[in-house]
Amino acid sequence: MESFSTHTGIVATLNRSNVDTDQIIPKQFLKSIQRTGYGPNAFFDWRYTDDGKPNTDFELNDPRFAGRSILATRNNFGCGSSREHAVWALVQDGYRVIIAPWKEVNGERVPGFADIFRSNATKNGLLTVELSEEEIEQIFSAVASNLGQVATVDLPSQKITFQEPNALVFGFDIDKGSKERLLEGLDDIALTLQYEEDITRFETSYDPYIPVES
Amino acid sequence: MGKTLFQKVWERHVVRELADGSTLLYIDRHLVHEVTSPQAFEGLRLSGRKIRRPELTFSTMDHNVPTTEDRMDIKDPVSRAQVEALSQNCEDYGVTLFKIGDRRQGIVHMIGPELGLTLPGMTIVCGDSHTSTHGAFGALAFGIGTSEVEHVLVTQTLNQRKPRTYKVEFTGTPGPRIFSKDFVLKLIGTIGTAGGTGHVFEYCGEAVSALSMEARMSICNMSIEAGARAGMIAPDETTYAYIAAENRPYAPKGDQLDRAIAYWKTLPSDDDAAYDRTLTIDTSRIAPQVTWGNNPGMVIDIDQPIPEPDSLAGYSRADVENALAYMGLAPGTFLTDVPVDVVFIGSCTNARIEDLRLVAEILKGRKKADHVQLLIVPGSQQVREQAEAEGLPEIFKAAGGEWRYAGCSMCLGMNPDQLRPQQRCASTSNRNFEGRQGKGGRTHLVSPQMAAAAAVAGKFFDIRKWPET
Ligand code: SF4
Repeated sequence: MESFSTHTGIVATLNRSNVDTDQIIPKQFLKSIQRTGYGPNAFFDWRYTDDGKPNTDFELNDPRFAGRSILATRNNFGCGSSREHAVWALVQDGYRVIIAPWKEVNGERVPGFADIFRSNATKNGLLTVELSEEEIEQIFSAVASNLGQVATVDLPSQKITFQEPNALVFGFDIDKGSKERLLEGLDDIALTLQYEEDITRFETSYDPYIPVES
Repeated sequence: MGKTLFQKVWERHVVRELADGSTLLYIDRHLVHEVTSPQAFEGLRLSGRKIRRPELTFSTMDHNVPTTEDRMDIKDPVSRAQVEALSQNCEDYGVTLFKIGDRRQGIVHMIGPELGLTLPGMTIVCGDSHTSTHGAFGALAFGIGTSEVEHVLVTQTLNQRKPRTYKVEFTGTPGPRIFSKDFVLKLIGTIGTAGGTGHVFEYCGEAVSALSMEARMSICNMSIEAGARAGMIAPDETTYAYIAAENRPYAPKGDQLDRAIAYWKTLPSDDDAAYDRTLTIDTSRIAPQVTWGNNPGMVIDIDQPIPEPDSLAGYSRADVENALAYMGLAPGTFLTDVPVDVVFIGSCTNARIEDLRLVAEILKGRKKADHVQLLIVPGSQQVREQAEAEGLPEIFKAAGGEWRYAGCSMCLGMNPDQLRPQQRCASTSNRNFEGRQGKGGRTHLVSPQMAAAAAVAGKFFDIRKWPET
């Protein structure tokens, strides 16, 4: 698995909430049996017009975002289908970090990313960062007012620093497990195989039709 | 303090707690389909690893398969290659496969319960977000990515962080022609498409207890549309009767079934169990639901107008304007004035035998409107056979409908069943995302009877006003 420690790159914005994985990589590309080749088809339906030309109305096609690798967007990014192809497409299209806001709905905190997407992202070295809606708003205005806004995302210190003239700094939370896995680029399967004895022990005493007395 | 159904199932499957706060969880059933598995099998080949418990892994073909008479001959070379890759992978690694042409083939979330693979208290995973469907049996069932598919193949476990619990109680008695699809759409409209993220729902209450297994599956199916990876319903007599029915080859039988039921009876949440969140919905107040936008949370009662861009909590003006532009709808419009081009009855949400009976009840002796294409796609070949035994296809065909073979079909259009740009569809499926049913297609999610009525009326119809015959 890809590791992630620190990354500096141009920030692009996508002003949509509930961006679903059908949108990130439409179904026709899921027929591939490969793990690569998805990058040019990320956001396909928005990105290209019917004759296959770049759609100039699509925000991410804005020439000022050329070479971007950090994406700031709205709430509930990556919802919908479990397709890991969505993460492959983003990574292969050059994204290393996605930033989305958590949100308060009916007095409850609602995460910025869908669960399966987030777990798929971590497994592919794509960092997902949750900030508040106010902080995302600051990022949107910083990017709008400054051509080629660059930021540095530092995982060890859990900080995002925007370069001048918008010297914004944001701290972010991440669970310990995901952080370790990202930093070290650990192979999840190899990690679990260290516990093979535990699995075997579990299986010997296990009958799915009878509960174990505790 | 007592435990919830979720806690009981979770704790039963803990192989080991890990230092980083996550849990290694044992997986009882791994379901596999052709779309999200090829890269996982490729991973096995590259690493030289084996499947730890191939006998706990079951596979079918559903997303790519054509649903027409000539379906065995897949014309799209890429779809064919994917289906063939699954056959080869299952053969190479000793995994049971229900192929196209097999009586047991169908949408992966349909065949699990039908074959008795889906049982209470189990952990069930599949590289597919609608794995939540199996939670209707009191299983902990959730969708995973392809890397996790490979992880389960090799280790029969998954590394998970424990989700939080969310009790959703449906009280009261629903009005006539209000279905479980309306319950779940109402829930999503209430809490939003991310309202359940990080949680496992437990659906309960008298309105849930009164539902058939089929109707319970429709609710659990759409848990993911509210952001929850899983939704569970405690097993009860309805559950046991479903499992004990004939033709469930993998379900326990005889003594083993009795023993299993004794265990399953310990699963329901204890009276004093605590949940992280709770919500109560009075089903007597639920009207037929219909979505108007690009996600299942953009949903209204059939007799409400399309909302104004600024009026909607949880959505920005831009979100609503984008949705209305894509859907070709203006605020203030009533959907009962909006014509439909296609009616799709199918998918793992609503293509079970009970759904088809409900559709037949509406279509019997009637004809679809001339301008409407009516597609009826059973979720599994077993459902197809059952419907044939009951004479339902004759009713569908007499109404002008197309009666197809089992598969995902126009739920996502990976096979040739797709909407054309700007076609408007009343669909019994679960997602109304942009382009989901075909690029530029406009999807409205509804219950099976709402869909059938739209086919006859040629536009959306308030099913409560359907003439009783
Ligand atoms: S019917 Fe639709 S939602 Fe269900 S598994 Fe198939 S594509 Fe997914």
